[in-house]
Amino acid sequence: MSRRSDPPALALLLVLAAAVSPSAGAAAPPYGFGTAATAAQIRAWDIDVRPDGAGLPPGRGTVAEGQQIYDAKCASCHGTFGESTDYMVLAGGAGTLSSDTPVRTTGSKLNYATTLFDYIRRAMPFQAPKSLTDDEVYALTAYVLNLNDIVPADAVLDRRALIAVRMPNRDGFTTQHGFMRADGRPDTHATACMTNCTNDVRLLSQIPEYARSSHGDIAEQTARGRTNVATANVEPTAAGGAGMELATRSGCLACHGIDKGIVGPAFTEVARRYRGDATAAAKLVRKVQEGGAGSFGAAAMPPQNASVADIRVIVDWILHRLQ
Amino acid sequence: MSDSTERAPRVRPAPEAPVSRRVFMRRAAALSGGAAAALAGARGSAAADSGADPADDGVPPHVPPWSRSLGAPILASPYGVPSPFEANVQRRQSPGLTRTPQSSVAFTPLQNLFGIITPSGLHFERHHAGVPTIDPSRHRLMIHGLVREPRVFTLDDITRYPSVSRVHFIECGANTGMEWGNVAVPTVQYTHGMLGCSEWTGVPLATLLDDVGFDRAKARFVLAEGADGASLTRTVPIEMALADALVVYGQNGEMLRPEQGYPLRLLVPGVQGVSSVKWLRRLKVGDAPWNTREESLHYSDLMPGGVSRQYTWIQEAKSVITSPSGGQVLLDRGYHEITGLAWSGRGKVRRVDVSTDGGRNWHTARLQAPVHTKALTRFRIDWQWDGGAALLQSRVTDETGYVQPSLRALRAVRGTRSIYHNNAIQTWRVDPSGEVSNVQTL
Repeated sequence: MSRRSDPPALALLLVLAAAVSPSAGAAAPPYGFGTAATAAQIRAWDIDVRPDGAGLPPGRGTVAEGQQIYDAKCASCHGTFGESTDYMVLAGGAGTLSSDTPVRTTGSKLNYATTLFDYIRRAMPFQAPKSLTDDEVYALTAYVLNLNDIVPADAVLDRRALIAVRMPNRDGFTTQHGFMRADGRPDTHATACMTNCTNDVRLLSQIPEYARSSHGDIAEQTARGRTNVATANVEPTAAGGAGMELATRSGCLACHGIDKGIVGPAFTEVARRYRGDATAAAKLVRKVQEGGAGSFGAAAMPPQNASVADIRVIVDWILHRLQ
Repeated sequence: MSDSTERAPRVRPAPEAPVSRRVFMRRAAALSGGAAAALAGARGSAAADSGADPADDGVPPHVPPWSRSLGAPILASPYGVPSPFEANVQRRQSPGLTRTPQSSVAFTPLQNLFGIITPSGLHFERHHAGVPTIDPSRHRLMIHGLVREPRVFTLDDITRYPSVSRVHFIECGANTGMEWGNVAVPTVQYTHGMLGCSEWTGVPLATLLDDVGFDRAKARFVLAEGADGASLTRTVPIEMALADALVVYGQNGEMLRPEQGYPLRLLVPGVQGVSSVKWLRRLKVGDAPWNTREESLHYSDLMPGGVSRQYTWIQEAKSVITSPSGGQVLLDRGYHEITGLAWSGRGKVRRVDVSTDGGRNWHTARLQAPVHTKALTRFRIDWQWDGGAALLQSRVTDETGYVQPSLRALRAVRGTRSIYHNNAIQTWRVDPSGEVSNVQTL
């Protein structure tokens, strides 16, 4: 086939092209919408930091400075030593990841300290993200690393020092798996057997009774229109809502945290105290009705107005769900 | 409440009245006085049960009050809302799962839904720093990094690009994560409800990357970042970014809901939900992954031995029966339709098999057409319940030939501590009483 252009044919094509170009279906890149990003715009928003240190800003901070900021802005959620389980646990858990009860904390699981810096800078403190200076972020990073004995108490962190930090779990990650690509190789290889596939079907686990009532009125939740599949009242005692809902509505959570004492003890602490005590439910129901003092601390608990039925549900939830 | 009252609905066939009187009365009480009275009048059975004139029950041969009166005018609700009788259909949280409602999960009520589209108001919620209220006129998307021309886009800029609409699921990587070790939650809402499927409208990410002239030789990954307080970031491989990722502003025919990223989100089909970054404010093209907090400390899968799989993006094929499912009760022996959802992050659902005997024998279910790629697929199969105990399971095979594994097979490879990517076959036990509950079988 000749590769030479035929002049009359080419001219005709050009005419046709000119004729169709403004019509529908002829749009093509570049569109060029949007406006050029200025250097200042990019600098202000470009806050990500990579493990190789790309993106780390100038600045420095010490463990001691970090402790001051931490005590003022972080300890109320994360605990004085980063131990609080209410939010992300920052410290502890070293060496537990290979055990049957892994404790995933910033110190035990994170692989790069640069990621800690990146996260604090973008997302913390929880209620005022992006309010810290870069120096403060370096200092806080240093303090959290020190809580985990990863850097010494006299450490000063800047860009170079942070890149050099080696986290205990640096080598604890792998990308050798089939989940990175749509055509990746799966790690299970089930077959679609159709008949006599097994002779051994055993119940391994069933929904515990407390877990039914802990999720509210599941009869109401599963009601479904236009079907003869209806709903069960499988909730044993919690008609009217789960213990948690009732505790919330009755104002219990104003003085008791789930795992954290406020004015009164944490509910989990109450559960621990009465574990194995067959008379606990009756005792606690009475205590909630009549009030009490001295069991956990100086603060007295006033008598509560909730119905006995509601109090029973709440007490049942505390004793059995929160252990 | 007496035991006989509790059990009455099970033996009384009431196909048209799945909502118990107790539930109804609570709802009516929650409404304002006038509305409650009107509803109570409309609900004849409530009146009948309480001893009022049975002629008011509205059931043939009687004529119901709504057939003898004028209904509400147009615009009684300018943006329509579900019938008050559907007030039980709600997103819910699993008590005790998280400590703060700003960084938490609300689950989709899969047991109440039909078809494959999740109503936008019921699509599960997962936020890391609450739902921001974003003024769309002040929202900006920046695209920079390894690009010829870094640019800032307004929403008007984005909506000028040629758009596409596609149906895709979004599933949180931690969906069913509470069930790795044992049964923990009672209903399909909590076992599988970090799942939704919508028709998404937006611009192919490839169009935007082409338009800013991304560096084809060096680009390997794209960082996506949200505009919320958490400014959540995730690494997206360039192959996925160019293949089918979308920058989305539309969901089920309207603008995104705030909980779903209004006014702009990323959608990476088939990938764990956290990658579909909401309130999208920045895309940065780079040559290495970012190892962000949400792909190292979290959203990485801890294996036996202590090593975590990182960048586990794909959601493998999974299915679940949504009816009958945990918490429901079969009222009658005889015919029941078993129905549920199947999906795969690797493509289309090819087949779904259903077992009613705990996996001994399987029968192939019907799939509702059209079957979309990386989308929820509705399956159905007929079943005659003989009144005995039954163990209901579903098992999907996707277009790659991958077959959904048993929990045993998954645990053999991954143990029970990985939290993420539990796509095991789900078992619901039907008790001879008709009660359906969540169980795990070996």
